[in-house]
Amino acid sequence: MSGRANISAQGNRLLVLACGAIAKELVQLKSMLGVEFDLQCLPAGYHNTPQNIVPDMKAILDARGDEYDRILIGYGDCGTGGGLDRLLETYPKATRLPGAHCYAFFAGLPEFDAMMQEELGSFFLTDYLALHFETLIWKGMGLDRYPDLLGMYFANYKRVVYLAQTDDAAITAKAKAAADKLGLDFERRDTGYGLLYDDLKTFIESAKGEPAHV
Amino acid sequence: MSDQDEDIILKDLDDNELVAQMQDDLYDGMIPEVTEGTQILLDRGWDANMVLNDALVEGMRIVGEDFRDGILFVPEVLQSANAMKGGMGLLRPILANSSVNSSVGTFVIGTVKGDIHDIGKNLVGMMLEGAGFEVVDLGINTDVDQFLHAIDEHDPAILGMSALLTTTMPYMGVVIEELDKRDMLKDLPVMVGGAPLNQEFADAINAHTYGRDAAMSSELAKAIVGKNR
Repeated sequence: MSGRANISAQGNRLLVLACGAIAKELVQLKSMLGVEFDLQCLPAGYHNTPQNIVPDMKAILDARGDEYDRILIGYGDCGTGGGLDRLLETYPKATRLPGAHCYAFFAGLPEFDAMMQEELGSFFLTDYLALHFETLIWKGMGLDRYPDLLGMYFANYKRVVYLAQTDDAAITAKAKAAADKLGLDFERRDTGYGLLYDDLKTFIESAKGEPAHV
Repeated sequence: MSDQDEDIILKDLDDNELVAQMQDDLYDGMIPEVTEGTQILLDRGWDANMVLNDALVEGMRIVGEDFRDGILFVPEVLQSANAMKGGMGLLRPILANSSVNSSVGTFVIGTVKGDIHDIGKNLVGMMLEGAGFEVVDLGINTDVDQFLHAIDEHDPAILGMSALLTTTMPYMGVVIEELDKRDMLKDLPVMVGGAPLNQEFADAINAHTYGRDAAMSSELAKAIVGKNR
């Protein structure tokens, strides 16, 4: 990323500061919506170490926050235990996506709650997590080194729910293979970009109503 | 932890060397070796409590510290816990029948409603058992009525609640509020723990104690009941 903020069509300087696990979707949405914003991502591996999210986010906001008029944080709570919201209270220009995690904002909040009501033992995959299951989940949880931990991790899970952002048979096959490897039932739900699309659009449009950066 | 390549014959080690080696093996998650070491110490006439505290609990304390310091990660800690379980399998029946092993108190523990994650809770339960508590494990997805019923039934010295999810941790506050309504908090310290929790949250929901990790939870529980084995 250059050291100078790009300016949107409305003259506002917009930053989307997001989890690397939704970077591809954000790039696609940027193209679909035909909008201009800067995108910076934190490592997707923080999925397994959420304690890194808040300090890294703070460092970026401190270093670059002044370059932008509005900042969309491309995270849910994501295991920070409310830490991300507490951080953002001190950065009024920044707002985050709704829900506890990407599963909720891809599926929709009531839809996600309904899935959990239906089966508490649901393990969720997105396109990114299905594609990177081996690295992020299997190796990330140490199952490549200690396969006997599978029961400790997943004994209470019943099914894998693949929340599909795209209609891609290859990714679906990977998600199904992941479910098989975990010994869980498999379901696929088409979610598309869900609230990520809606909130990104709202973020861009709300900036239109604000005075442009001079 | 050990860099030695050659096989170590556990039974050839003296007591101090064996205990140190068992702590290393526990750190490395070597289940058969920890189990074998436990049996050797018992065969040498060691008291089961000494084996438990000097080799296993002390080993897990080191594991807990290195986890806290970012040297060890969850998979390694779980392997160490499995190794401790191997030793505990031999010690548990002896401790249960020992006249000197009067329980330091009952600890009721459960993962709260809406949450199915039990790895942390199980680790805490094992460490508490090692510390001499009688642990009543209510399992996962435990609602307030189940907690209340268990308190009535077991009259615990401490109630413990665990959660992994940001969405489920507020339920701990629901349980504490219900205990408060029933005027039970003054006699029943409540300990809370789980990956997304911190001291600030524990204070906000009026929990007595925040257990940062399994080893620390066990130490804090012993301090609460005022007994050390």
